[in-house]
Amino acid sequence: MAGRLGCLRFLSNTSSLLSKKSPVLNQTPVSTRCMHFNYVPDTPAREHGETTRMNLFQSITSALDIALAKDSSAVLFGEDVAFGGVFRCSVGLKEKYGSDRVFNSPLSEQGIVAFGIGVALTGATAIAEIQFADYIFPGFDQIRNEAAMYRYRSGNEFDCGKLTIRTPCSAVGHGSLYHSQSVEAFFAHCPGLKIVMPRGPIQAKGLLLSCIQDNNPCIFFEPKILYRSAIEEVPIGDYTLPLSKAEVILEGNDVTLIGWGTQVHVLREVAALAQQKFNVSCEVVDLCTILPWDRETVAQSVKKTGRVLISHEAPITMGFGAELAATIQQECFLHLEAPVERVCGHDTPFPHVFEAFYLPDKWRCIEAVKRLISY
Amino acid sequence: MILATFVSSLKRQSNSWVLGAIQGCHMSTAAQATHTVTPYKLHRLDNGPSTQITYTREEALKYYRQMRTIRVMETTAGNLYKAKIIRGFCHLYSGQEAIAVGMEASITPEDSIITAYRAHGWTYVRGVSVHSVLAELTGRKTGCAHGKGGSMHMYAKNFYGGNGIVGAQVPLGAGIALAHKYKGENNICIALYGDGAANQGQIFEAYNMAKLWDLPCIFVCENNGFGMGTSAERASACTTYYTRGDYVPGIWVDGMDVLAVKEATRFAKDYVLKHGPILIEAATYRYHGHSMSDPGTSYRTREEIQEVRQKRDPIGKFTDVIVNSNLVTKEEIKKIEDEIKKEVGDAAELSKSDPELPAEALYTHVYSNPPPGYKIRGCDDTISVLAK
Repeated sequence: MAGRLGCLRFLSNTSSLLSKKSPVLNQTPVSTRCMHFNYVPDTPAREHGETTRMNLFQSITSALDIALAKDSSAVLFGEDVAFGGVFRCSVGLKEKYGSDRVFNSPLSEQGIVAFGIGVALTGATAIAEIQFADYIFPGFDQIRNEAAMYRYRSGNEFDCGKLTIRTPCSAVGHGSLYHSQSVEAFFAHCPGLKIVMPRGPIQAKGLLLSCIQDNNPCIFFEPKILYRSAIEEVPIGDYTLPLSKAEVILEGNDVTLIGWGTQVHVLREVAALAQQKFNVSCEVVDLCTILPWDRETVAQSVKKTGRVLISHEAPITMGFGAELAATIQQECFLHLEAPVERVCGHDTPFPHVFEAFYLPDKWRCIEAVKRLISY
Repeated sequence: MILATFVSSLKRQSNSWVLGAIQGCHMSTAAQATHTVTPYKLHRLDNGPSTQITYTREEALKYYRQMRTIRVMETTAGNLYKAKIIRGFCHLYSGQEAIAVGMEASITPEDSIITAYRAHGWTYVRGVSVHSVLAELTGRKTGCAHGKGGSMHMYAKNFYGGNGIVGAQVPLGAGIALAHKYKGENNICIALYGDGAANQGQIFEAYNMAKLWDLPCIFVCENNGFGMGTSAERASACTTYYTRGDYVPGIWVDGMDVLAVKEATRFAKDYVLKHGPILIEAATYRYHGHSMSDPGTSYRTREEIQEVRQKRDPIGKFTDVIVNSNLVTKEEIKKIEDEIKKEVGDAAELSKSDPELPAEALYTHVYSNPPPGYKIRGCDDTISVLAK
């Protein structure tokens, strides 16, 4: 919990700070921050009505606003949440709904999670924020041993289904060891939880509203690099998108590329590159919900293409890709033309200066595509 | 009236000091002085540290130099971060210098320290050069963790870091103290955390075990008023942090006064070696935001920061104290400042030009003595190398 506070906000503040004279700055070329992908906006569904331009953090705010407005039992809390949150996801909500519904918690992740479970046990809607996914682990015991099991162990007498934990995750370009981790696989080992990771603002809003309404405890991972960089037309009204439903965002015939969160955008570029360089047609599948995941959509795609690449930022060993690969080989064995490929983070801690080498970027992915088509 | 007379006599003197400096002759008028500190507050203690502290000119020069070096180093680190030469996260210690410097002054290199992520100043007082701190921040080989840790992760002998998870270092500190006791060493561990971390559950687990086993551990709450963006009052049901160990005795000390911190630490070290753990709350302030991405002005006013800088600044106040007691001259202060500026400036240059880590450093230090033939599993076999 360390480093916290507004990873991306520095971008907007930097210019004014840079203008101050500094001997260090004057002698140093300013390196530019580069993202390892380009964001391609999604198109909003017509039935979801009027839209406006939002980035991902604004679409989260919009979802939270709707949830608080239509459910008087809903409360929103976490570290620094009342003044807008370090990623600005809750700006204006305390003013609108009052400090008894939108409030700061102490720096106490276990407390935040456990408090949320308690609130949800009574049937009220608890929306808790853990400031960075890297810092969720003091709350891991509560999530695994209380939240995930309450319903089962009480024979459905009690549950904390109205708990949603939001937390920013994944690489941001400079986050280093404790502001970059993708931790979804740890929680994917806990039956009873739902785990969701959106790829953009439209999806984030619809999936978050689904999580909040869903009667199971949900962990909603928000790829923090997308907070400001992902911008698109987002429906302003209330809408939900289905959980446990993967989405084919690009249809193709030769290779299936599966990812979630930020990595979907990398895979989209891989598909374009494969088409351009090798005339290979890739189908890109966004898993969207990691637990329980959509086996049918995945299997359908793999059966069509016979080749599959799974890619995620988390370390390869026991990453969620391992579960996908195992299931795919079982369900699609006779359809496979090549062994399932995984391109993931390495089995190291998330590195300080080697982020670019660690990430499963499009070049590593395209190498895997080459292996798949030449097997 | 007396003060005015004193100041005017200082002014007269300082004219002659300027002359002396020009002639290459530094004058100081006293070898030692006595300083009265803001009274301590005590919890479950009959007697506390002394409020009258006698200290020497050499000590004054040393503490001044250390505090000023940290300040300049942190300003430089901030600039390097804004220039995107420093990656990762970056938490500056400016405003809190008197705590690291005062505590280090009362312990030995064999005593242990473990702290949170605001670690640059502590790393420096534990003997790591400014260059090695800055090079760690820029991710160079010459950094104190070979560039692999960055801002939150700096280490030195008997300095256990530099820890990223809020509060997680505190039970570790109790464990280090247990090791000192078990090995029969006459040493202690200082485990530091902030007012924000004071609300983490594991802090209380650490208090309990330390008291249960009478461990030589000083728990130190560096209360800078804000846990990230939330003020102490809005995060803690009880803000008298020195009492929060309940059955662990506590001392409140003015953390902006290096001499008070030094004396409280001397008292505490003596105490924990005889009686088991103690808690020190050092009241301080951080000038910068929580991290570099926090401008630090959305939850407090600029005026508040300015007022602390003017009235409570640990370096400014200490400068006044040592100059007014004739231990050190203004010219000497100026000379030290110039030396520090140059030292830190040179270190910053080196930290930008020093060699970067080789790519295989990505794969090293994950395991010690891995099984034969073990490879760190990466997705690209061509860059996968043997673990070292």
